[in-house]
Amino acid sequence: MADDWDLYEVFIRSKRGSSHKHVGSVHAVDSRLALESARDLYTRRSEGESLWVVAAKDILASDPLEGDALFGPAADKIYRHPTFYEIPDEVGKM
Amino acid sequence: MYTTDLRTAEEKAEEARKGVPRSALDTDALEAEFQARIDADAYIEPKDYMPDGYRKTLVRQMSQHAHSEIVGMLPEGCWVGRAPTLKRKMILIAKVQDEAGHGLYLYSAAETLGTSREELVRQLLAGEAKYSTIFNYPTTNWSDVCTIGWLVDGAAITNQIPLCRCSYGPYARAMVKVCKEESFHQRQGYEALLQMMKGTEAQKRMVQDSFDRWFWPSLMMFGPPDSNSAHSSQNMKWKIKRFSNDELRQRFVDATIPQAEFLGVKVPDVIVKNAETDHYDFGELDWDEFMAVVKGGGICASNRIDARKKALEDGTWVRDAASAYAEKQQVATVAAAE
Repeated sequence: MADDWDLYEVFIRSKRGSSHKHVGSVHAVDSRLALESARDLYTRRSEGESLWVVAAKDILASDPLEGDALFGPAADKIYRHPTFYEIPDEVGKM
Repeated sequence: MYTTDLRTAEEKAEEARKGVPRSALDTDALEAEFQARIDADAYIEPKDYMPDGYRKTLVRQMSQHAHSEIVGMLPEGCWVGRAPTLKRKMILIAKVQDEAGHGLYLYSAAETLGTSREELVRQLLAGEAKYSTIFNYPTTNWSDVCTIGWLVDGAAITNQIPLCRCSYGPYARAMVKVCKEESFHQRQGYEALLQMMKGTEAQKRMVQDSFDRWFWPSLMMFGPPDSNSAHSSQNMKWKIKRFSNDELRQRFVDATIPQAEFLGVKVPDVIVKNAETDHYDFGELDWDEFMAVVKGGGICASNRIDARKKALEDGTWVRDAASAYAEKQQVATVAAAE
């Protein structure tokens, strides 16, 4: 481990109008070289027109074991969805 | 907690001592939840709970797969300088570069299980990790390079398509990308052979000779017969594997024999279409040879590992230079900020 370079997560935007999407990772000595390696590794066939690299150690991810505590409460707030409301058909849609 | 957790055991123990809050772990319940998720065809993601056996099996399989891609560059890469035309040279360079890419996608996916790429490469160079035995056969002439594309990449595709639905998310996603690119590999190989079959008698003989030498080893790429396969049933339950070795091998033979006939090579007499099953029967494979090659008995085995060691050593000055330059840039940035 001591000698291996830092890990960078790689995100690609496939075309304008889309958002960047995670595709994998590269090891690199700094973010500038990470970008160059990501370009060589993940865009050999016109997969994108924009790249982000982020040091993996700078990403804080949620813990799946806390998934219910984090995301559970949204499930019982059904009044946040438009289908919760009954509107007569003749009113029509916006 | 990071997305890809490459902390050392000591670092993890240190954090545990600091008392990172965690809900009480009930292994049985977690394991039941894990299997239920797999049974429902949902994916397991890097930070999810998973049994040790599942993690170990995946690290072994994914790293073997990555090593195969990397070592697989060698029998073809040595033909880049000897490709018959500029067009074939460009195609071969692109293919070999793809193989490096596939190796790196797979190391990247394997690292999400907590084993670093550096450790995986160390295992390969120390002879502790395996790679596909097919790469321990020599490429003696140009038609071998084409046959590798057709048969070896064809067998790889047959193996890899079901892996796109493997239960481990990062592996499945890497396989989707790999499969898209493998299709080019297989087609360029077959097309190059078609071209040779339009050539002189000597060229046609080269194609036949190459087919004769690579056909049986390519069938062995699917691993030992089901009756003799160590890991199969548990891997099926975990959906790391979705079809047995023999099922995939049969699928490959059924697809390949008509292609061989179209190409105009003579297939071994033992291969006959079974009217009852509608599959090609192909008899018994020479598993003694397979086991000898697994154990490193191939003509090229030690050359392959020596070549990887040399590549690592020869690249040292490049990595050192990159590190030194990055350090210098950082000093310059800090100085500019002050």
